[in-house]
Amino acid sequence: MLFGMPIVWIILFGFALTTEVKESKIAVLDHSKDEMTQQLLQQIEASKYFMIDRLIDSPSEIESALEGRRIKMVMILPKDFQYQLNHQNTTQIELITDATDPNLANTVVNYANQIIRDFQERNYPQQELPMTINIESRMLYNPQLVGAYMFVPGVIALILMLICTMMTSVALVREKELGTMEVILVSPLKKIMFIVSKAIPYLFLSLIIVAMILSLSYFVLDVPIKGSLIFLFLESALFIFTCLSLGLLISSVTNSQQVAMLISLMALMLPTIMLSGFMFPIENMPRLLQVISNVVPARWFFTIIKSIMIKGMGIADLLKETAILIGFTIVLMAISIGKFKERLA
Amino acid sequence: MRTLSFLLQKEFKQIFRDPAILRLIFIMPIIQLLLLPWAADYEIKNIDVAIVDLDRSVYSQRLIDKIQYSSYFKLQVFELSYKDAMAYIEDETVDLILEIPKDFERDLTREDASTVFIAVNAINGTMGNLGAAYAGQIIRRLNQNIRMEWFQMPRFSPIKQISVTERHWFNPTMNYQVFMVPGILAILLTMVGGFLTSLNIVKEKEIGTIEQINVTPIKKHHFILGKLIPFWVLGLFMLTIGLIISFIAYGIIPAGSILMLYGFSALYLLAVMGLGLFISTITETQQQALLVSFFFMLIAILLSGLYTPIDSMPRWAQWIAMGNPVTYMVEVMRMLVLKGSASYHVYFHMGVVFIFALILNSLAVWNYRKSS
Repeated sequence: MLFGMPIVWIILFGFALTTEVKESKIAVLDHSKDEMTQQLLQQIEASKYFMIDRLIDSPSEIESALEGRRIKMVMILPKDFQYQLNHQNTTQIELITDATDPNLANTVVNYANQIIRDFQERNYPQQELPMTINIESRMLYNPQLVGAYMFVPGVIALILMLICTMMTSVALVREKELGTMEVILVSPLKKIMFIVSKAIPYLFLSLIIVAMILSLSYFVLDVPIKGSLIFLFLESALFIFTCLSLGLLISSVTNSQQVAMLISLMALMLPTIMLSGFMFPIENMPRLLQVISNVVPARWFFTIIKSIMIKGMGIADLLKETAILIGFTIVLMAISIGKFKERLA
Repeated sequence: MRTLSFLLQKEFKQIFRDPAILRLIFIMPIIQLLLLPWAADYEIKNIDVAIVDLDRSVYSQRLIDKIQYSSYFKLQVFELSYKDAMAYIEDETVDLILEIPKDFERDLTREDASTVFIAVNAINGTMGNLGAAYAGQIIRRLNQNIRMEWFQMPRFSPIKQISVTERHWFNPTMNYQVFMVPGILAILLTMVGGFLTSLNIVKEKEIGTIEQINVTPIKKHHFILGKLIPFWVLGLFMLTIGLIISFIAYGIIPAGSILMLYGFSALYLLAVMGLGLFISTITETQQQALLVSFFFMLIAILLSGLYTPIDSMPRWAQWIAMGNPVTYMVEVMRMLVLKGSASYHVYFHMGVVFIFALILNSLAVWNYRKSS
């Protein structure tokens, strides 16, 4: 189970998650139904961005189309499209989007504009204009604009964070709940030894999980690993330590498994998903949330793996992130060991 | 009936006597609902730019001004060479490099054409794409202006032009918080409904108190109802708090029928609680129950269309999303709260969720054994 989970997750999310917009379903209200609008619609249907879900006949159907669950945009083609274009040199297309998802709405409009511009250029090629500034653009690191490059490192950070934290906290609190903790506490065993011996099996388990996830993302999801593999493992071990100490801290402040689980799941899951930077750009967040995101360890680890895997950066470029993770680990460890001592006194 | 009411008393007392759990159930969702929607801003703005101006001419300066004063870009550094600028891309202080070549102005005026280079960090594909597109727009517009200064353009353009107007419905200000709030509320509801039920029953198994109930004449369905009803009430109560918060903090008033919203949520809660119940019948310890529900929960959340569009997923993943109750909850929340869709649009969702509830609960009841 513990090994199966990450495998299913990485495959599922690696393939399915992408902010790329494609195959959006649209409805078309074509007032002219002439040769040209047919051509335009064909071009739209042929693009990977759109699927014409239905043709509607009257403006009164627009509302109900957008209120439903499928249609993201309605395209309205005016009367006498071809005639207007040929005789008045201009005509107007109207796009109405379902803007509940603003990102989607914007992107869909952009794509539609692109297709319409292409269509216009193909039908009415323009002569070379004088004084043209050409643009040459290069997509660095990810020329095919693959969504997985962003999401796979993110999902790795997310999975490690949740699994490690949860496993340690629950394992320790379980001993508390069952009373076996007391037995250990009264034995001459050193506290540090106890904690270390608890942590090491999980460290090993987690490293195996890392190895599995990385090979899956490399072989199945085609995400490159440009940097040093050893360095990547060292950083992962560091991050696992951070999570283990967070789990330790949770277990030292709670007394029942239920509370420990609720904290490590409900309180960690959504913030880790949303604040670590792989779903939403951190620069866009309000100041307060940017500050909060600093204490989400997954945020730093996400930057680290992204940089190592996709940019191929080395230790020299990631000193700051590494130092922060080390700092987290030390602070969390110190607090939770302190808490354990308190219990004894 | 009397048995049930005693069981309910027991459950409610148990819940209210555990302040730690109670605090988690109520305060955590409120905090998350207040904070997290602000994080969800996909809008691409403030793209950090490095400019390498090898020309230092009047035109290159004009281009720089245009970039600098557009709302999409933020000029971060001014570098002497592409290589230096690249270092900024590597440490992520800069997302986009604009390189204006030497003799940019001269080539433009004498050779009638000249080329600028854009390099953009495309690890985040959407961002890379849009960044390049925005920069392209600005450059083309400047190009147009420069042309107009040199040539008299005819007043009526002989060029055929299809113009496009756009309108954005339901959310004309393109506000992201509005988009995220109902979705996050749906997730929180799912967590409370699914997690708590499964954990609660398995806890009784683990401590052994379930044995005590099993030896009493309490009927199977009484026991299960006794477990479901308290969390069902809690869930609906949370929905109410959530709606109040989204009104106070975000000014969101459900545009559709509130009755429908509650009706659907009630049905939906039954479905997720059925899932929780089912998980609790197949697991023995809280740890197991937790792992199993955690496994499904993460999939349910990430494949629900809350964060990324379902249409963009590969076909097989779309099928999974369709078999995911959370998808329907998120959709209905958005439809009823934001779009004010007429109720008949929700009937389909209701039917699906009803089937989920039926299947999951029957599985759970069927699987629950009084004997071990």
